[in-house]
Amino acid sequence: MASAVSVKEYRGYAQQPTWCPGCGDFAVVAAMQRALVNLGLKPHQVVAVTGIGCSGKFNYYLGANAFNSMHGRSLPVAQAIKIANRDLVVIAAGGDGDGYGIGVGHFIHACRRNIDITYVVMDNHIYGLTTGQTSPTSEKGFKTKTTPYGAAEHPIRPLPLALASGCGFVAQGFSGDVKQLQGLFEAAIKHKGFALVNVFSPCVTFNKEQTYDWWRENLVNLDEREDYDPTDKAAAYKVVTETNGLVTGIVYREERSDYQDELPNYDPKPLVYQDLSQPIKDREKLLKAFM
Amino acid sequence: MDFTWKIGGAQGEGIDSAGEIFALTLHRMGYYIYAYRHFMSLIKGGHTNYKVRVSSKQHRHRGDMLDLLVAFDQRSIDENLHELKSGGAVLYNAGAFEPKFPGDVDIVPIGVPMQQIAKDHGSIVMTNMAAMGASAALVGLDPSAFDDFIAERYGKHGADVVESNRKVVRAGYQAASEVTSWRAKLPELSPESRGKKRVFMHGNDAIALGAVVAGCRVVAAYPITPATDILYSLLKLLPQYGGVVLQAEDEMAACQMAVGCNYAGVRAMTSTSGPGFSLMTETLGLSGVSETPLVIVDVQRAGPSTGMPTKTEQGDAFQAIFSSHGEIQRIVLSPATVEDCFYDIQRAFNLADKYQCPVIVLTDLALGLSKQTVEIDDIDFERIKIDRGELLTEEQVKEIAKNGGYKRYALTESGISPRALPGQEGGVHIAISYEHTEEGYEDETPLHRVAQTQKRIRKMSTFDPAEFGVRRSGDAAPDLLLVGWGSTIGQLDEAREALKAEGYTVGHLHLSVLYPFPSQAVKEAIESARTVLVVDNNAFGQLRQLIQLNVGHYEHVHDCRKFSGEPYKVFEIVTRAREVLAASKSVKEVG
Repeated sequence: MASAVSVKEYRGYAQQPTWCPGCGDFAVVAAMQRALVNLGLKPHQVVAVTGIGCSGKFNYYLGANAFNSMHGRSLPVAQAIKIANRDLVVIAAGGDGDGYGIGVGHFIHACRRNIDITYVVMDNHIYGLTTGQTSPTSEKGFKTKTTPYGAAEHPIRPLPLALASGCGFVAQGFSGDVKQLQGLFEAAIKHKGFALVNVFSPCVTFNKEQTYDWWRENLVNLDEREDYDPTDKAAAYKVVTETNGLVTGIVYREERSDYQDELPNYDPKPLVYQDLSQPIKDREKLLKAFM
Repeated sequence: MDFTWKIGGAQGEGIDSAGEIFALTLHRMGYYIYAYRHFMSLIKGGHTNYKVRVSSKQHRHRGDMLDLLVAFDQRSIDENLHELKSGGAVLYNAGAFEPKFPGDVDIVPIGVPMQQIAKDHGSIVMTNMAAMGASAALVGLDPSAFDDFIAERYGKHGADVVESNRKVVRAGYQAASEVTSWRAKLPELSPESRGKKRVFMHGNDAIALGAVVAGCRVVAAYPITPATDILYSLLKLLPQYGGVVLQAEDEMAACQMAVGCNYAGVRAMTSTSGPGFSLMTETLGLSGVSETPLVIVDVQRAGPSTGMPTKTEQGDAFQAIFSSHGEIQRIVLSPATVEDCFYDIQRAFNLADKYQCPVIVLTDLALGLSKQTVEIDDIDFERIKIDRGELLTEEQVKEIAKNGGYKRYALTESGISPRALPGQEGGVHIAISYEHTEEGYEDETPLHRVAQTQKRIRKMSTFDPAEFGVRRSGDAAPDLLLVGWGSTIGQLDEAREALKAEGYTVGHLHLSVLYPFPSQAVKEAIESARTVLVVDNNAFGQLRQLIQLNVGHYEHVHDCRKFSGEPYKVFEIVTRAREVLAASKSVKEVG
């Protein structure tokens, strides 16, 4: 697509990040800006919705429209924005605590509801903004301020959870590979329906176990495996089980109708631009139902 | 004069449909109807009843007494006999059970084998139709009165089903005519009322209809008694206008969704009851600080916690006014009538857009679920005009962008910062739950904190709660001023008349706005009265406390509280009023 947009436009609106130097989230913003530019999307056509946490600041630094909701509540707001104005590109973003802890109920339902938005989770296996407590994706035995004897709970595995919840686009990236990440974001935005991109985004300050080097050593890049078919759901389950979720690339994709398709009489013209005066003209008809 | 009728039985026996057919049929004939459903939080069994007050003038409550009780089982007699007037009748399902009555009551038992009649002429599920026919005989109504409605309701099941139902009605009619000479009289219908087209709806219907007229195009909600009917109505209404009903996974999501739509420029609301409202309170704060319009309807039920899901109460005033951590601007409306529900929901959307804050519409089960006759002209679609407040057009946004850039939380003189919408070129901005700068940047410095808080307080200064939220009727400078809010207006009206007939001068002040509180109007009314009775359908006297908080303490202000889960009866208010009047008289004499 010939693009009349540049990253500069986004940077013009973006604030100066306050993330720690080396934080994985820088790469996520950079990859998203490039993806949006590559898709020819201008900042005013995009809304990024976040909750709370270090990665909840994603949209301050992205430079598109931003709605910053409360902890765990990015997805309900993001889905509603898309229903209100289907012309907008809506991206929800947040961390593993926001998305898989306090907001996990919304995540599961967003997967099955399948409203056409993209959800980016910056997964660092730790609570960063509150200075280092265990997260829902922390490995069992992981020592943090709230788990001095090691985490007792089994971690949430986002990819199988998304697959089981009916998510039609499941991908995973790594902050150490911005180019792949950009491609995943583009594919996720283009996907019709709810799309998850889980991003391993290291916390250099509070997580000394899952470091850039650790991820590089352990991740399997599915994009490099010619025999992998991301439309095969059984294969997707198999690979995330075998690798314990340590993969990157598009894990699963499925073409299907989205929530908007299922709505009766939902117009291609966004709701926000609809004329509101019709019910007043229909008074007689509407009151008849109550006689 | 009124006629009151009640049908009672186990849930699942068609009590509700019988009640509704009886009510709607008489409504169409030109009577004013007030229908009250008593039900339980279960699907089969228990006790349910449906009361219909039939009148030649408009009433806004179910009536204290009962002329005719139709009982399908003993429990219906046990639970409702106390309401029956002296000389009233109990039409019972003879053969299905052997009715027992206390020895000393002056009532007329009428046994009609309704179940057997249904079996003989149709099927056992038509027992309620036999009750319709028998009731018709006892009130001098022709059995054909129900024919049209039966066709409407059961036509989809086939002509034979319609025919059997009609047959059962007639057989019930015949049997009752023969078995007793007891008759009640329906009120006299004036010629202009006869067959007059009016609307039959409850508060929940009126909320749904009003929302659609107001331009609401999305409702996001989680099912909850007694608010779910709002969803049902909107499921019929919204798709006609491209709108969407979103059943959320929980009330936190529902309320956040309503915020999301409003942020994107589409009027949206959520409807719930107390337990759901509790979950939504975090989002009140979000709406407040991010200055995103939000409309929440709370159809109150008896709390706390799960409480009594099928019983009414005005228990959520404090929650509506005070919930959310921190301090936010909000507006709390408390419609008193079905018509109020229709208009107040429209006002709520205008106010939410104008002041960019949450607006809570507090109704309750009694108002939300009691269908009643309303004049067509009182459901005026053009009375409240849609006013989106300071919502910028794309051209305005572009102009602002050229002149220094758009600031979402600009420190304006009015305190209202014009809203750009996502999608408008030049209007790119951040809406945020953190405290922030004019640009919407997260900020914790005293400078911005104080300026933004003052701005948010300032924007409410033009809101006048007395403008539409205060009704005053009855005598000026009265012996007794009755003060109430929300759905109790009907009982208070009748209590005022009853006390007036006893020789007192009586005034009535009714509030349909609770926050910001109409302090001046309340103060004037209270100070003009010798004695004041504040009537709350809750245990803590929430309105009474709000008056003390906002207006001050007065020795002559007394409370009247009911918290059984039932709406008031008129005599309860009258009895309490006599007490406080007597007490104030004796104090006066002593003094």
